[in-house]
Amino acid sequence: MISQIFSLAFLAQTIRITVPYSLASLGGVYSERGGVVNIALEGIILNGAFCATVGTYYTGSPWFGLLCGIAGGLLVAAIHAVISIHVKADQIISGIALNLFAVGITKFVLQILFQSSSNSPRIAGLPYIKLAFLKDQPDVEHLLGNPLVLLTVLIVIASHFIIFKTRFGLRLRSVGENPEAADTVGISVTLYRYYGVLISGVLAGLAGAWLAFDQHSFTDGMSAGRGYIALAAMIVGKWNPLGAAAACLLFGFAESLQIQLQGGSLPTQFIQMIPYLATIIVLAGFIGKSAAPGADGIPYEKEK
Amino acid sequence: MPYAVELLNITKRFARTVANDEVTLKVQSGTIHALVGENGAGKTTLMETLYGLYQPDAGIIRIHEKEVSIKSPHDSIRNGIGMVHQHFMLVGPMTVLENIVLGAETTRYSLLDLKKTTAEISELGGRFSLTVPLNEKVENVGVGIQQRVEILKAIYRKADILVLDEPTAVLTPQESTQLFRILSELKDEGKTIVLITHKLSEVMAISDHVSVMRRGKIVGEVETASTSPEELAEMMVGRRILLRVEKNDRKAGDPVLSINNLSYIDKRGVNILNNVSLEVASGEILGIAGVEGNGQSQLVECITGLLKPTTGSMSVDGIQIAGLTPKEVFARGLAHVPEDRIKRGLVVEMDVAENLILGLHMQKEFGTGLAMNLKAIEENARFLITKYDIRPMNPDALARGLSGGNQQKVIIARELSRNAQVIVASQPTRGVDIGGIEFIHRTLVEARDAGKAILMISADLNEILSLSDRIAIMYGGQIVKIFPNNKVKESELGLYMTGSKRGSSQKASDG
Repeated sequence: MISQIFSLAFLAQTIRITVPYSLASLGGVYSERGGVVNIALEGIILNGAFCATVGTYYTGSPWFGLLCGIAGGLLVAAIHAVISIHVKADQIISGIALNLFAVGITKFVLQILFQSSSNSPRIAGLPYIKLAFLKDQPDVEHLLGNPLVLLTVLIVIASHFIIFKTRFGLRLRSVGENPEAADTVGISVTLYRYYGVLISGVLAGLAGAWLAFDQHSFTDGMSAGRGYIALAAMIVGKWNPLGAAAACLLFGFAESLQIQLQGGSLPTQFIQMIPYLATIIVLAGFIGKSAAPGADGIPYEKEK
Repeated sequence: MPYAVELLNITKRFARTVANDEVTLKVQSGTIHALVGENGAGKTTLMETLYGLYQPDAGIIRIHEKEVSIKSPHDSIRNGIGMVHQHFMLVGPMTVLENIVLGAETTRYSLLDLKKTTAEISELGGRFSLTVPLNEKVENVGVGIQQRVEILKAIYRKADILVLDEPTAVLTPQESTQLFRILSELKDEGKTIVLITHKLSEVMAISDHVSVMRRGKIVGEVETASTSPEELAEMMVGRRILLRVEKNDRKAGDPVLSINNLSYIDKRGVNILNNVSLEVASGEILGIAGVEGNGQSQLVECITGLLKPTTGSMSVDGIQIAGLTPKEVFARGLAHVPEDRIKRGLVVEMDVAENLILGLHMQKEFGTGLAMNLKAIEENARFLITKYDIRPMNPDALARGLSGGNQQKVIIARELSRNAQVIVASQPTRGVDIGGIEFIHRTLVEARDAGKAILMISADLNEILSLSDRIAIMYGGQIVKIFPNNKVKESELGLYMTGSKRGSSQKASDG
């Protein structure tokens, strides 16, 4: 039975779930390392998915759709950035408002464009790289050959270097930890906070595009809480890119285990608890204290 | 000698107040220039304007005899200005190295070139005896080291004009001496230093020129060699000031506060207090001297009931207080002036009248049942505000808006109005200006003369020496020596404070 569960298909399932989590979670890392709490990830994912669908549907090109997904994510992130950084409003409220707004606006435009309040017509997925050794398992091949999987891995690794080893990362972290200190050495707090939030828009927008291509359509509310799970993973991963990605992998694993175990002898309700149980156990037992960046969520006031 | 900095007719207004009123300050190149004045005189605003954190409403800034436009710290750094702020501008979770290079990074293949930077900073550090652990996180090093990091930050950016805002406020006497040695070396290298302070002994010890500010204006500029602390104090405050505390010898009465073999072991199992025994008699001030972090704070917290001692006993007037809650301790005749007035002394979002009855609010005169007696509270406030000269003279003013000195007066007024037998005063004048210090010292001496037993903890050796009848020195959680005040020299205290000398016995004789 064990070998049945932990098959190649199981691996593929885990990766399919992990990719959007990781992208959004990394987005959270960039935003919060710069000092802006980004609950709006949920709405960014949803709008990214919607724009990717629309772009692909009307041009027939999933690559163009991908760009549309990124643009859709950027748009929501930009609104969050202006509200949080310029207007200095409460970032949690802004995030919640944007999430609700994204649910409404996508449904509304869906209705106008496709005369349906629940889902869009079918769209093409991204082309995949052919992997000869997986020829007899097309599902797995389609997934592992998806360029976004490779891209995600690259982004995770690159993010580690960007955040901890580059000038940009050092400055981004400084405006998130102690903006006054950054300001007094001539770093623009506003500029770097914008960078952080906008990067989160790109990454969570990509996560949304992944969901749309994976399902070959947009369905109402398809982000389904992934933005929040991504935030939880970011916290479990202590705001580190590698940690956040590892936490996403763990969540992805637990979730696909849950899917795999359904229909077996265990009660469904119990199995459905697994991902969340895993979260609680990891949070409480192994991670220890997880400290947010010092100025996370606090607008910067220049002249006190 | 040419001028490194010229601030000409600088005016800076905030909403209603004029922080700098046509201020002109000229600093000669290669000198140490002290800028003194009471809190709120406008020294920091003036220097933060020079550093680009504020834009002046009028005035001209000239650097090395050329007019410059400074719109942000970025511009001032470019003009060779570095500033060490009173509250350090460091990023705690980052390493010392990262903090130094932040904003002035060297990169290689678009990654930070930490190797090259490490070499550069080590060289700089060696040249100015500014040794720092480069790979340690800033939050894990002491304030003395953090200050060196700030100085290195400025020098690394090639600053040749260095502004330091109250640099010794957080330092021990030993660290201050080291800092002054570093500043002298920097001066010898041709750097220009502006030192904001209100400690006149420092001004006399290290500066070449002094400018005095009062209420947003420069009221005097003199060469240090031709002035005296008394003259400077008078310029600062606008009236004659007694720098010495006038105090009669007085025979102490019976012990009121007794502490026997008090020990405290914290959660991590570290022995913070080790068999501390002390007696404070009625009519005496016992000063506890020591480098901060040697258990003074925990001693006070044990006495006042904020911490539960692990072993030992304490009594006020023969009544046991060990292990009681703060409320119970205060009911037995103890008053407490806490070391951190914002955190423990006041509720800054409440007004002065309310702060003046904190902890006294259960007394019948201020209210019964659910209702507060607002009239009595206001009368109490008006009485104490007049008696202790608290400004503004408004019971409804929020505590947040008061200057440090006036906030401290509110606490002292409240605690003395308890009419307690024992007063525990921790850092009673930290961050308070000269006028306020004079008043608070006089008040404490008056309380002593009225027969109170006062336990005073201070990191300021001058304060200890000028107020105490007896001096106890704390080191490593122990009382290592108790001296009668008239029989000790400052240098000897220093040896005990740093642990290089220890008393023969725990319960040192009273002389």
